[in-house]
Amino acid sequence: MGQRVAIIGAGMTKFVRRAQETGKELAWQAAKAALDSCGLTLKDIDCVSLGTAPDAFDGVHMKGEYLSDGSGGWRKPYIRHFVGGGTGVFAPIHGWFHVASGVFDTCLVVCSEKMSSCHPHPQGAFKTIFDHTTEQPLDPTLIWIFALEYNRYMQTYGISKRDIALVSVKNKKNAMDHPAAQLPMEITVDDVLNSELLAWPVNRLDISPASDGAAAIVLAGERTARRLTDKPVWIEGVGWNLDTAYWATRDLSYPRYVEKAARMAYEMAGIKEPKKEIEIAEPYDPFTYKELHHMEGLLLADRGEAPQLLVDGVTQRDGDRPMCPSGGALGVGNPISATGLMKVIEIFLQLRGEAGKRQVPGNPTCGLAQAWGDLMQVGTVIVLKNR
Amino acid sequence: MELEKLKMGATPLKETDVKEGKVLSLAMTPDLSYAWDNGVAIGRYLEELKNGRIIARKCNKCNRIMLPPRMFCELCWRATDEWVYCKDTGTVNTFSICYVNWDASRIPPGQPPHIPAVIHVDGASHFMGILHVLGEVDPDDVKIGMKVKAVWKKPEEREGSITDIMYWKPLRPAKSKKATGRR
Ligand SMILES: [Zn+2]
Repeated sequence: MGQRVAIIGAGMTKFVRRAQETGKELAWQAAKAALDSCGLTLKDIDCVSLGTAPDAFDGVHMKGEYLSDGSGGWRKPYIRHFVGGGTGVFAPIHGWFHVASGVFDTCLVVCSEKMSSCHPHPQGAFKTIFDHTTEQPLDPTLIWIFALEYNRYMQTYGISKRDIALVSVKNKKNAMDHPAAQLPMEITVDDVLNSELLAWPVNRLDISPASDGAAAIVLAGERTARRLTDKPVWIEGVGWNLDTAYWATRDLSYPRYVEKAARMAYEMAGIKEPKKEIEIAEPYDPFTYKELHHMEGLLLADRGEAPQLLVDGVTQRDGDRPMCPSGGALGVGNPISATGLMKVIEIFLQLRGEAGKRQVPGNPTCGLAQAWGDLMQVGTVIVLKNR
Repeated sequence: MELEKLKMGATPLKETDVKEGKVLSLAMTPDLSYAWDNGVAIGRYLEELKNGRIIARKCNKCNRIMLPPRMFCELCWRATDEWVYCKDTGTVNTFSICYVNWDASRIPPGQPPHIPAVIHVDGASHFMGILHVLGEVDPDDVKIGMKVKAVWKKPEEREGSITDIMYWKPLRPAKSKKATGRR
């Protein structure tokens, strides 16, 4: 490996249902804030990596080019990457390639998303992720595959909707302390169960919102990082993995692709006992059950046992294994690619002791962020340490 | 750094801000159309659906009988070997009761919900599921593990599409009104 890589700065916009700003204006706001946070200017940046989700949201072809000026990409080595919902956590991995290889010393990583341009609802754009010949004629909605997976997960382990609904209660409450949050609220399990039934077992409050927003981080090689900050947060492990796109042929009760991605990241980071060594995590939670499903894939809970940890309070901010202390996609909002990077930023801040009211006790030293996407089958994982 | 000290961008807009002209917005509906070639494997799959049959493709190395059929085995990374007919019965692996249409509009009250399901088709390998929908069943009677049978369009109405199967119905009528697949 060429060199160790640290996150040295971060910035983001608020997450909102519909922003006045364009995607490139949002990208600019987040990227500028990230550079300001570590006292750098664009001149100090060797290369730029952009993550953004489907072009169909924006109705703009080649969104990488469209967002390139706001991302600070002109007259620099610049590239866009995209793995659906997994993009936001793949973003720092992609930036890490650039710096870890030794080819570059600094990299600006930007994720910008504008879902509100798609009318009447960005859900319509998701129809085209289904196979055009064997699935689209059935008029599927994206919620189908989540409802089907959710039901299979409950059935396999005998889990109740009531236990799963608690994820929404926890995350939306955590989001009350996040200054960018779109849906912070104090609710009860009954509020979730009584919210509009969209596709049983999925109720409205089981789902994260559609959002506009952007996030950015600055990466640097070891020597530069130590020169620029007293508190570098090191990227110690990265992993990503893709399972079959014949999604109906998968074991829907277990995210094997997340486990494979996690094992890759753990091996690189020298983590042997994830349940003990990963002190804090931001698993991807676009739907309530996904936080639990992903905890199991990340080997942070035994199969089918994540709901019990939730019920026992283990995953609360003051519990032994805090999950989504930011408020997650359910609470902060879900501008797809920016959500994953928001999660990385949360772990970065937590490991620096700079998470304000969201700070978990115990001075954590090792944390993880994870995202998931494509046709429900890509897992992206990053392990961060503060020493 | 702390997010609390950051002056954050993203100015929230309300629907009325646009309607009342407080901010300007441009609308466009792309006029595009596509024709997708069905390919070799799915082409045959659709032809057989038109005949009222479900056909799969077998790999003689891993012995998987695969649905939907494919001309290469993605695990063995070799050409598949033979066509195999499946039955038009199967088992519900998971299902949902859906009150939302594909464009996020809602099903009007009183109208039946969509019941999408992953169906493991008899004659294909274990775990070879396809996405389809259930019908002729009370949503409260649907259960995981339920045996189902394809209900086909009339031969003259079939067009070589996955929708030549209108839906799948329970192989046996529900025994008890109490039986429920919903927790
Ligand atoms: Zn094979």
